[in-house]
Amino acid sequence: MAGLAVLLFVVTICLLAPVYAGHIAHVNPFASNLQGTTTVNGKVVSVLQANTQGLGFGVTPIGPTWNISHYFLGADNQGRDVFARLLYGGRTSLFIGTVSALICVLVASVLGVVAGYFGGVIDWILSRIFDILWAFPIYLLAISLSVVLLTSGLNVGPVHVGPGSMALPIIIIAAVFVPYVARPLRGIVLSLREREFIQAAIGSGASDVRILLKEILPNVAPSIIVFFPLMVAFDMLTESALSFLSIGVQPPAASWGTIINDGLGLLYTRPWVALAPGIMIVITAGSLNILGDGARDAFDPKAKLRGSI
Amino acid sequence: MFPFIVRRSISAVLVMFSISVLTFLIFFATPGVDPAARIAGRSATPQILAQVRHEFGLDRPLPVRYGLMMEHLFFKQDLTSYVNIGYKVVPQIMAAAPVTLSLVFGAAVIWLLVGVAGGVVAAANRGKFIDPLIMFLGIAAISVPAYWLGEVVNLITQSKFHSSLFAWVPPAGYVSPFSNPGEWALHLLFPWLTLAALYAGIYARVLRAELVNALNEDYVRTARAKGLSERRILLRHALRCSLISIVSLFGLDIGALIGGAALLTEVVFNLKGVGYLTYLSLQNLDLPVIMGCVMYGAFFVVLANMVVDILYAFLDPRVRLA
Repeated sequence: MAGLAVLLFVVTICLLAPVYAGHIAHVNPFASNLQGTTTVNGKVVSVLQANTQGLGFGVTPIGPTWNISHYFLGADNQGRDVFARLLYGGRTSLFIGTVSALICVLVASVLGVVAGYFGGVIDWILSRIFDILWAFPIYLLAISLSVVLLTSGLNVGPVHVGPGSMALPIIIIAAVFVPYVARPLRGIVLSLREREFIQAAIGSGASDVRILLKEILPNVAPSIIVFFPLMVAFDMLTESALSFLSIGVQPPAASWGTIINDGLGLLYTRPWVALAPGIMIVITAGSLNILGDGARDAFDPKAKLRGSI
Repeated sequence: MFPFIVRRSISAVLVMFSISVLTFLIFFATPGVDPAARIAGRSATPQILAQVRHEFGLDRPLPVRYGLMMEHLFFKQDLTSYVNIGYKVVPQIMAAAPVTLSLVFGAAVIWLLVGVAGGVVAAANRGKFIDPLIMFLGIAAISVPAYWLGEVVNLITQSKFHSSLFAWVPPAGYVSPFSNPGEWALHLLFPWLTLAALYAGIYARVLRAELVNALNEDYVRTARAKGLSERRILLRHALRCSLISIVSLFGLDIGALIGGAALLTEVVFNLKGVGYLTYLSLQNLDLPVIMGCVMYGAFFVVLANMVVDILYAFLDPRVRLA
């Protein structure tokens, strides 16, 4: 329950990002703000201050004011409010994690159930495809696809996704994790198929569609429910890694991964830019994992997802 | 046993071949893109473009192109980067491999020790305070992005406490063990710990679950009935059986890590291994190098998978017949 509560809290504050940016902080978290000023302790200071250390080149953004109404966590090197960006970044990260997990679990369920139930040639072909994808290091596959697709976009038949679109990381992350969910589900269906109640349904002349929907689906549903929160956590972590390498979410959009990347150059002077999004990722992924564990204990104590990165 | 090894090797070669085709298709047959422009890099002259087209046979059918690519990559080993002109891909990967191997094997020792100890202690103390504590730490470890953890470690050891508590930590980088073994270990200590954290968390969780399952088995009841001590039952009976799943997990993880999954840790700690090379080639869109790195990585994963399966068949004879 604690996991669920924390998760709901994170989702809520991220959904309220426009309210915060518009009505509390009065900032635009996506436009650079090089000349901006703000008031600290009654004095007007500029958001980007000239560098006083070393040779004095460049600028240092303002640090955390710990005042919720302006620059709570300071600014990044373009003078943008880090806390407002953090909330907007959370929307992106949660959105990508959830949607790609939905797509992945949906596709994997269909493929896994079809392969396990029909067997034969279909099963052989699908299993070989899973084997090959399984043998690919998951990050390398995601990175290769991202590099290629981000520069050219995805153009397959009627599907056109422009380069830099947020749909690309969603599709890529969903695709690379499909075998991780489909293989265990195929195994479950394979053993279900030998059980008496399925044999009885076949014997009484039920159609394949009926057996799949009325007999198989209710029995694999608990495993699917258990996999889902874990997949959201995996997908979020993968998205943040891709964005950290600047091949995930593209500017001006921000995710927690891109903000960590922004904060890299400021790590030793303004560490909060990189620290805060990381802490948010840990809290969110942690609560999803706790939720997944709870769901497993409640629904399906036998479900196993390969412990991956 | 021997027929099993032969069968498994053949299937490994087939998977390897499929992966090479898949990688080739990702980079050279994405619809709507000129692969020559990609290989030659962003600022290529028409002469270079023509040279690339000729060298990779881009005016010829796909299977011929695939053959040429594999010839350059594996047999002639003269695939060249067009971004850093004159750099050959294969020697670059060979030069980077020792860094990655040092990082991965050092971390593996740590995560095996910590993960197995954590799993055993948690399973032995089921229901007491320490079990949920270890499991909570495990969840924290698998929820932390590895690259971010590395940044935090850098922040603490290189900046915030560098003048006091961590004055002995050398700057990020790599020192060959043959020139100075002490410095080698010192430079790699924090990268090892960072990389090991995630896997120690996974292994402790998996091992605890396996142990708890094993402790409900009939053979454990038999052992109890014989009057063996709980410690002996846990370590000699339950642990032995549970370690089989750890062995298979370990093989897959080692393969993936040597193959480049340690990329983020290498980048954060400035270790110029294969992952770092992949990262650099990504930044420059240096496709021949990316292609080489991905193939190299897939090779280790397939190899590790094969070794694990053979080891598995050795540990558990039932598998050989499957």
